[in-house]
Amino acid sequence: MTVPGAWYLGLSALLFGIGATGLLIRRNVLVMFMCVELMLNAVNLTFITLARMLDDIGGQSSVFFVLVVAAAEVVVGLGIIVAIYRRRVGATADDLHVLKG
Amino acid sequence: MVAAATHIPDWIVFGVSGVAILVGAVGVVLSRNPVHAALMLVLTLFGVAAEFINQQAHFLAAVQIIVYAGAIVILFLFVIMLLGVDREENIASEPLKGQRPAALVIGLVVLVELATITRFTDWASGAHSVAGTVSGPGENIQKLGQSIFTRYLFPFEITSVLLVIAVVGAVVLARRPHPVAGELTREEQEEVMQS
Repeated sequence: MTVPGAWYLGLSALLFGIGATGLLIRRNVLVMFMCVELMLNAVNLTFITLARMLDDIGGQSSVFFVLVVAAAEVVVGLGIIVAIYRRRVGATADDLHVLKG
Repeated sequence: MVAAATHIPDWIVFGVSGVAILVGAVGVVLSRNPVHAALMLVLTLFGVAAEFINQQAHFLAAVQIIVYAGAIVILFLFVIMLLGVDREENIASEPLKGQRPAALVIGLVVLVELATITRFTDWASGAHSVAGTVSGPGENIQKLGQSIFTRYLFPFEITSVLLVIAVVGAVVLARRPHPVAGELTREEQEEVMQS
């Protein structure tokens, strides 16, 4: 093992933290969505690292499935965003408070 | 000493792509223009692909670039351009008071938590090579394919159902919206906002 797995896990923890913070800070729905992608990538990196540490191809298979789910999620999510922008003028996360009870 | 010297390229790749990942991630969070955020996301994705190659996941590195940078980010840019939301956003305004500090605190807590877990817990415990090996003879793509089409065949079939549902959902969402009684159209909303 060359670069220890703990370094990669630390890097993906940092990436996940940045993504989570961005999701909470930003108000633009598209940028929030990109932050979700950052978090997904952090998890993928963790999977690959543990696959290497345990010498188990199952981790790489999991990343394959995460990629498929991410693609499906982006298609539906962007469809919803387009539908919202068509109906309403302002569409930051704060403008979409009509759903609150 | 020879063994240590051969590890230096790995460290260089790890460092460079790690910096690219973090710079891209911070850029996504802080850039005002959504287009810039999407391009910063590409930087992060390329860095993650390089880390994949560094850990013997060659096929997934290629898929990462093709699917993420090639399809998902292009889809983001398409939506940004189509909707015309590529104007600069006023980052400083904060309608919900105290949201930013609270978000920063929560983000820091998550970060410290994850760092502590990865530092003090040995996650790489348990049975090794359950679904097959990563190292050893043979191509990475062959081992991955064998694993997916034997051990993970049922989940693989389920993903096809998921993709069909996603396509149908996207088509339904993309249809022209029916007018709802009592709701202002987009043009009427703009008039109200201007007056």
